[in-house]
Amino acid sequence: MSRLARLLVFAFGGGVMAVAFVLAVLDLPHFGTHEHLYRDLAVPAAVQHGTANVVSAVNFDQRAVDTFGEESILIASVVGAAALLRPSSEETEQRVPDLGRTLEGTRLIGYVLLPVTLVLGVDLVLHGGTTPGGGFQGGVILATGIHLLYVAGSYPALDRLRPVTMFEIADSVGAAAFAVIGLIGLASTGAFLGDFLPYGDFGQILSTGTVQVLSGVVGVEVVGGMVVLLSSFFEQEITVRAEDS
Amino acid sequence: MAIYAYLVAGYLILAGSYGIVRSRHLVHAIVCLSVAQAGTYVLLLAVGYQRGGASAPVFGSTTKPNKDVVDPVVQAMTLTDIVVSATVTALLLALAIQINRRHGTVDPDELAALKG
Repeated sequence: MSRLARLLVFAFGGGVMAVAFVLAVLDLPHFGTHEHLYRDLAVPAAVQHGTANVVSAVNFDQRAVDTFGEESILIASVVGAAALLRPSSEETEQRVPDLGRTLEGTRLIGYVLLPVTLVLGVDLVLHGGTTPGGGFQGGVILATGIHLLYVAGSYPALDRLRPVTMFEIADSVGAAAFAVIGLIGLASTGAFLGDFLPYGDFGQILSTGTVQVLSGVVGVEVVGGMVVLLSSFFEQEITVRAEDS
Repeated sequence: MAIYAYLVAGYLILAGSYGIVRSRHLVHAIVCLSVAQAGTYVLLLAVGYQRGGASAPVFGSTTKPNKDVVDPVVQAMTLTDIVVSATVTALLLALAIQINRRHGTVDPDELAALKG
């Protein structure tokens, strides 16, 4: 299809969508409305299960099966990306000499922020049920924090301090633990991912039933997945060379 | 204007799609897809918003549980949306690298010509 034909098709389709979208939103409840039916059901359900962070309660309790599907998407795409990025037969992996020239200021900030970022990530994962945060957010921050080593130091430094195999295991263990917790819930409450732990005191760290546990295992899985993903891209870019170059 | 936020969401989705249609580089197309997906975040959050000082749906010792909060369900869906978007972007970028390796080009138009 020529570029012109493609633009014309898009102009027609986009135009129809724009008109339909505007007509649709004109009939939506007003922006900023005080009527939120799902909110009125989700908030009492979360409070009843002792979960202060209602968003986490929705993710890991009320719609936990949905999150199970979501983290399956996560692990599937990590496996897919790792498979696509592995060195092909015409390419070889080689150790690159440390060519990094980092500014002293960058290096300092990197090393100062590395522990701070890791602590922040652990905090977000561990308090996912009681304060804003949770496994997904904390996991991403942890994985990015580890890569401050690359920004501050060099790729060989990152490679030494980040055993990829361990993170591969963490990724699969996190995903499997989610399913196992779901099955325990099925055995003890009769519903897959049912909340079988005591709810505890509202707002305390040891509350929220399974929300906190599921948030934790998702955190482990996200750290593993992100590190494996980023390391595949790094290896592709930094250490893999086609044989003829 | 009451529907302004919804219109921003629709604009982002259409602008991202337009970028994909006229893209000449696969990475550009992937970034455009992220822009289109950002429209869905805006739409979801706009649906859940409540005027008049409604707070975040997170309670604690200072904010006692009450129903005067923004909709937590759409916020949780936005979180799901972002996670899926990030993983799909990673997978697509890996595909782009693989296509560049196999065909030596990242221009979608040239890829169509190579198909035969």
